[in-house]
Amino acid sequence: MIGSNRPAISVRGLRKSFGPLVVLDGIDLDVAEGTVFALLGPNGAGKTTTVQVLSTLLSADAGQIRVGGRDVAREADAVRHAIGVTGQFSAVDGLLTGMENLRLMADLWHLGRADGRRRIDQLLERFDLVDAAKKPVSTYSGGMRRRLDLAMTLVGEPRIIFLDEPTAGLDPRSRRVMWQLIRDLVARGVTIFLTTQYLEEADELARRIAVLDHGRIVAEGTPEELKRLVPGGHIRLEFGDHDTLDRADRTLPGSVRDDETLSLQVPSDGGVRALRSLLADLDRASIDVHGLSVRTPDLDDVFLSLTGSHDTDKAVPR
Amino acid sequence: MTRSHVLGDSATMLRRSLLHMRRYPSLTLFVAGIPIVVLLLFVYVFGGTLGAGLGEVAGGRAEYLSYVVPGILLVTVAGAAQGTAITVAMDMTEGIIARFRTMAISRAAVLTGHVIGAVIQTMLAVVVVSIVALAIGFRPTTSPVAWLAAFALLGLTAVALSCLSVALGMMTKSVETASNLPMPLMLLPFLGSGFVPTRTMPDALRLFANNQPFTPIIETLRGLLDGSPIAGSGVLAIAWCLGISLVGFLLALRLYERLPER
Ligand SMILES: Nc1ncnc2c1ncn2[C@@H]1O[C@H](COP(=O)(O)OP(=O)(O)OP(=O)(O)O)[C@@H](O)[C@H]1O
Ligand SMILES: [Mg+2]
Repeated sequence: MIGSNRPAISVRGLRKSFGPLVVLDGIDLDVAEGTVFALLGPNGAGKTTTVQVLSTLLSADAGQIRVGGRDVAREADAVRHAIGVTGQFSAVDGLLTGMENLRLMADLWHLGRADGRRRIDQLLERFDLVDAAKKPVSTYSGGMRRRLDLAMTLVGEPRIIFLDEPTAGLDPRSRRVMWQLIRDLVARGVTIFLTTQYLEEADELARRIAVLDHGRIVAEGTPEELKRLVPGGHIRLEFGDHDTLDRADRTLPGSVRDDETLSLQVPSDGGVRALRSLLADLDRASIDVHGLSVRTPDLDDVFLSLTGSHDTDKAVPR
Repeated sequence: MTRSHVLGDSATMLRRSLLHMRRYPSLTLFVAGIPIVVLLLFVYVFGGTLGAGLGEVAGGRAEYLSYVVPGILLVTVAGAAQGTAITVAMDMTEGIIARFRTMAISRAAVLTGHVIGAVIQTMLAVVVVSIVALAIGFRPTTSPVAWLAAFALLGLTAVALSCLSVALGMMTKSVETASNLPMPLMLLPFLGSGFVPTRTMPDALRLFANNQPFTPIIETLRGLLDGSPIAGSGVLAIAWCLGISLVGFLLALRLYERLPER
């Protein structure tokens, strides 16, 4: 699966407004088969709306959208056969038990009785829900609900899965469990379209990340490419006395000195090569370094610098 | 989407509705409770007086009981419709409905499941109310075939009102509105020949009472239970039921497709 060129999802010029509110303002993206794609954005950016359009819940106002090679507007049922969706808001039947919820999915995917039972047992096992299987979902904790939600999505073994903020509200341990489940899915060749507000999550899981803000993609690329977009990476050197600091400052032009802490900040991408050549320069000038730390820009920097102010819970009115 | 899948998916959705019902039987009990209270009220409080005014045959409480039972059975069906609208309105706010809409499921299946589940719930209530009516002395004078026909007509009415109330349930944004919208349905048997003959009503009201859908249904039921003449009411009753079912179901289907996203 990996290495196939056919995109699992391709979007061109997607637009969507709710009345006068422009929520998606011309979105283009491609997701390669068997990879994780993360759509990153602050509250109200339009992430859920994007997922709803791609998963046939909402119709777009304009744009070419293909999922699994099929057009979401004209071949909605074919798309629905290929996808699984775990939305931002719990999509389980609270009045039924976990087992009954899974059974419901197995019936709707028209699995035979034996197949269905086998699949359900596997999923209960894998999602650590065996003990709770016979209890009503209304008694589940948030994390259990979330796991059941994903388990229900997997009953039909969809090739393309949409996860809208899959770890929102989970504790760090449950979040890691969810990440591992997602990695397992990708290892089986499933394509995952994920939205999140957590940069760490996108960095952990995604092959490619798009940053959505005010209904537009403001940046797209691999996590590394995105990090390179923002300045702010540097190497910090500490010295024993003023004299050494002076010599280092002369040796490394363009750096910023701080006399109080006897330290120097050298702009750098923080890569190993840059570090090695910096150390070589210092060696050649026989400069003794007491301490060294590397600060690479993380996605937080990218996020903050790309999406600007964060109190935007609304899209741009036309 | 093959036809067998439409049927299979509908059966799956029906199973879901029945599970809900079994787990939360209070609504079913409530649905049967109201008409029983109305029945007892009308027979024991008003029955003596109303029975005397029935006309042709001078009567009392016993005559009134046999006059009012068809109306009470319709109140039962109408009351159940109100319960259905509430159930559906609540269900549509559940996230699982959004999940269904991202799956390759026949669109009609979710609605069919609700309609058939509602009909079963309604007919259970009809049976309970009938038993109470029999217990307090109601005796249909016709043949068992006619009783079956009466039951079938109630079933058809239940289909019609269930379709309508599923649509009403989908139309509303809140559960409160859902419980109020079908209110007029409960009143219709009173504004027809359900509790008193229409001929005593003022002209305008009588005109309405004689031409509203519940009147031919009540008249047909009455005929099937006490042998009074049915005449054209039978055909009219069936036509109304089929018409309401069709309009209700198509409306519900349309609303389902345009459901808000969350
Ligand atoms: N059905 C709707 N009708 C009107 N406006 C809507 C509707 N759905 C979403 N919006 C608006 O569209 C904008 C984008 O919403 P969306 O839910 O896609 O954001 P999001 O990125 O998922 O946010 P969050 O991180 O809070 O989940 C918001 O301003 C929201 O109020
Ligand atoms: Mg969202």
